[in-house]
Formats: sequence, structure tokens, C-alpha cells
Amino acid sequence: MTLRDKTRASRFFNGFNRIVRGNGNDQTNGSRPPVDGEAGGLAADVAEQPVQPQVRKTSTLNPSRPEHFDVIVVGAGPAGSAAALVAARAGLKVLLLERGEYPGSKNVSGAAFYGSALMHDLIPNWWEQAPVERSICRRMLSFMSPETSVSLDFRSTTYAEPPYNGFSILRPTFDRWFAAQAEAAGAFLLNAAVVDDVLWEDGRVIGVRVRREAGDICANVVIACDGANSFLAKKAGLQREFHTHEISLGVKEVIGLDEQTICERFQLTGDEGVAIEYLGAITDEVHGGGFLYTNRDSLSLGVIGQISSFVEHRQRPYELLERFKAHPSVAPLVRGGTLREYSAHIIPEAGWNMLPRLYTDGMLVAGDAAALCFVAGLYFEGINYAIQSGLAAGETAITAHRAGDFSAQTLAGYTALLRQRKVLTDFERYRHTPDFINSARLQNLYPAVIAHGAERLFRVDGRGKQKILPIAWETLRHFQVNPLHVLQDLYRAGRALGW
Amino acid sequence: MVRTTFEEKMRTPRFKVDDQPHIVVHAEVCHTCSVRACVYVCPANLFVPLDDGGILFNYEECFECGTCYIACNEEGAIEWSYPRGGYGVTFREA
Repeated sequence: MTLRDKTRASRFFNGFNRIVRGNGNDQTNGSRPPVDGEAGGLAADVAEQPVQPQVRKTSTLNPSRPEHFDVIVVGAGPAGSAAALVAARAGLKVLLLERGEYPGSKNVSGAAFYGSALMHDLIPNWWEQAPVERSICRRMLSFMSPETSVSLDFRSTTYAEPPYNGFSILRPTFDRWFAAQAEAAGAFLLNAAVVDDVLWEDGRVIGVRVRREAGDICANVVIACDGANSFLAKKAGLQREFHTHEISLGVKEVIGLDEQTICERFQLTGDEGVAIEYLGAITDEVHGGGFLYTNRDSLSLGVIGQISSFVEHRQRPYELLERFKAHPSVAPLVRGGTLREYSAHIIPEAGWNMLPRLYTDGMLVAGDAAALCFVAGLYFEGINYAIQSGLAAGETAITAHRAGDFSAQTLAGYTALLRQRKVLTDFERYRHTPDFINSARLQNLYPAVIAHGAERLFRVDGRGKQKILPIAWETLRHFQVNPLHVLQDLYRAGRALGW
Repeated sequence: MVRTTFEEKMRTPRFKVDDQPHIVVHAEVCHTCSVRACVYVCPANLFVPLDDGGILFNYEECFECGTCYIACNEEGAIEWSYPRGGYGVTFREA
């Protein structure tokens, strides 16, 4: 971006902010995020922004000739910031719009971020400057019955070495840091800007409508990274309405616990962290699971359930969360902690089967907005795919910019980049997995079968020892499992995760 | 064990309330609805069934997750958009 462009863009902001904020204070940048503890929002910004003496014309907001950007990115989550960062680095004039007070303020996930190597390519040794919690060196998968749990426990010291396998993060701090990197690369970040619609001209997207006076802003390419609900993808006709079985609701608590207790309780050294996923009785009949991640001095834990099964079984998510914390194998882990924050968010879980059309003339969709959440039993990932897709979208915008052609034909290169970055290939390869993971028997029956079988296997009661097969047979009979169903499910498990 | 009540949970996020509700419920649909999905799925318990068959709702402590309108898709009683920029929920730890 040239200096002239920069001046023009900042003039645009000045006019824009003046109208929005209803005061005459001129500012060089409307995107300063409020610091922690500050009463944020527009009113606070108005109160705290220093009055600067420069006087600039407001005529840059001429409604007949709206301000024009090369790229508008809607949503400053991981996908949006990645797209804005890469496009800004290439010298494009980028506007990054965020509806919250600051990036991350509306964002919730577990959160485990398994994209460290990817981020390292983008920002070398990023972990030295970013707000990360713990490097995840231990993964556990637990199958639960009401009284028991059977776990797969994996740990590796190699995951604790750069570039690391993954980190636990807190989204409000992580997303804010990442958006600041996009800003540092030259993107303009505008907070507190909710986008209501895309603008059309001759059948192609030419900009967005921000819910403000004179809020129409034009760009050659709009990249919708507006999250799981993505009203933009729907308004552009790229995504359909969702079914209740495709979307899960996660409710979560961050529970404060001192650092030393966390290390001792979870057998961790220094900055090491653990990510535990739970399947089975903890969500009762609701199809879903639980999670627990260690942060530096807190735990992030929650339950996730298909919306359809919350409705079907008349369960309330926060009551399920309380039952999860009370489970005999979870309660000792959270003991003595204090609640810091309760939050909730939806997760597009159906993977390949709910991907939208990813582009149209003048527009691309990335991240959760493109339903790129990878929920596959062994994997619970989304932030890495969000960043990959954001980068692919940003790169596509750069190619289009250089060609001076923003038609769907040029933007179709996005899908090739998504394959090159292994996003679409992963989702296609695991296209049968979400259905399998959310099937009734896997959710409600088999975790109990495994737990019951293990309970028999390890019990010593003087009745003599059985070998594994008789115990398995007896357990299956106890739960009245149809052996044909087991065979069928073994095949489905294989298709989902095996081959 | 860290048992917390619903009220304790709801005290933790910060809400900056917009004077314009971002959720509109078409009550006439609710009177004929037997599913009442919104009552169960909302993580902030913002929908309360009334004796007369209607639904009482509150948009002020909304997490903006969208679960209610997705759950109500078939019935179509809930009109939902985001609150004005800078308003609504702000998470600091999530």
C-alpha cells in the first residue's frame, strides 16, 4: 500500500468514525482496542480518545462515491486476521471489520490451537510473542459411564519442542494479538462494526453494508470470515439454512486454579499442557462430548451437544455442564477452582456435508463461515483450518488483484489453494466421520460397554479370572447389543477413521 | 468440586445492552408450537414459557450464539441478527 493510499484510508476512517461516534474528534485510527478492564465500546472510546487538533475534510465519505478497498475482510477471528495479514503484506489495501469491541471479544472455543507450525511459517517463533497458555504435550480420550472412565492417554516430549504441536489459548487475548499482526502488516482494523449485508452490482458482490449511517463500503473482494452463523454466506446465497443435527452447541467455563496445582494435578512440567476429550455418559443421552484443557493458571472445560439432541431429550446445556463437573473422574480435576467466565458458542460439525459454495463473483468464504470445523472423534480442530482457509482466501484475493479480475472464474483458484493447503482434502477424506461420531450407539452405548467391560476386567472378587473374549461377550449381552450392529459399526468406524 | 449456579455463571461475562433488541419473537407462532426448543437449548436461559402458551424472552444477556433461531428454524418464530457493533456480550477469557 502506498503512503497516499494509507493517508486516504485513514481519512476515510476519520470521517467514518466521526459519523458513527457523533463527535468531532479526529483520529488517526479508529481501531484501537480497549485495554483489559477498560469499559470498552463506542461510548468509552469517545470519552477516552484524545482530541486531536488536525482538521480534515469529511468529504471522503461522499455517498455517491463510497470509499474503496482492495479487500474487505468481515470478522477478525483467526480466518479473517490470516486473510487480512497475507493480503496486507502483499501491499493490498485491506479493511478488517470486527463487530465486537475488540477482536476475540465475541469468540469462544475450547480452545486448543493445533496450528503452531503453520503460524510459525507466517510469524517465525510466534509463540515467543503471542499470548499462549500451555503447549499441549499430553492428549487424552476418555470413555465414560456414570461411575467409570476408560482413557487413552498419550504424551510426547517431542510436542514440547519448537515449533510445538499445539497450544491451549484464550480466544479474547489470542485473537486480539493475531488481529494486531494483521494491523502491523498494514490492514485497517475497524472494531464495533457489524456487517448486515453484501452489496451487489450487476450480479457480483462489490462491498458490504455496515450497520451505520453511510455504512456502505466497497471492495474488489469481500472475504466473509463472519463465523459459524455466517449471515453473509447466507445472504450471498452461498450457504443454506442449517439443520439442527449439523450444529452443536458448546457451553464452557474457565475455572481459575493456581499454576502449581495444575502442574501437580495433571502431571505437567513447566509450560506443558494437557487436552482431554470425553465421550459417553457425561452428556447423558445428548450426542456430544466434553473437554478439559489446561491453561497457565486456569482450566477451560465444557460440554458440546448436537442442538437436535438437546431439544429431543429436553436437556439444558448448563445443567449438563454441571453434571460433567460432578463426574467422579472430572470433579477431582476441578476441585478448589473458582469460576472466571461462562460462555457459549455454536460449532458447525457436519464437515464436508455442510460446506457452502466457497466463492462467487467478488466474494470468498473462510473459517467457521465456511463450516471448516473438523470434528472427527480423534480430532477437534477448527482454528488451524480457519487460518489455512483465511490464508488461501487472502492469496486468492492477491492473485485476483494482480490479474485485475475478480470474477468467480478467477476466485475459483481458492478451492485449488484449499486443496494444496490440505483443507478440502482433510474434510473430504473424513466426510463419513461426523455422522459416525454423532451416531446413537457410539454416543450412548459403546462408551458404557467399554467402561463396563473394563470394570469387569480389572475387578478382583475371588470368582476366578475370565479372559478378554468371554468378558467382551458377556458385556455385549449385558447391554443387549446386537452383534450385527457391532459388525456394522466396526465397518463404519473403519470407514470413518481407519481407511 | 466447583459447583456454580446458573446465576453465578451469568454474572461472569460482560453485557453492554443495546436499546434495540436483536432478537424478535413472533409470539403467534409460539402459541401453536409444541416443541418449545428455545426454552431448552438457550445457554443463557433467555426464553421462558408462559401459561398462556406464549414465550417470554429477554435479549439483554444473550451470548449471540444463534442456537435459538437454528433450533426454531422449522417453526420460524425467531428473527435474529447481531446486536449493533460494540454492543452485546464481551468475553474476556473464553
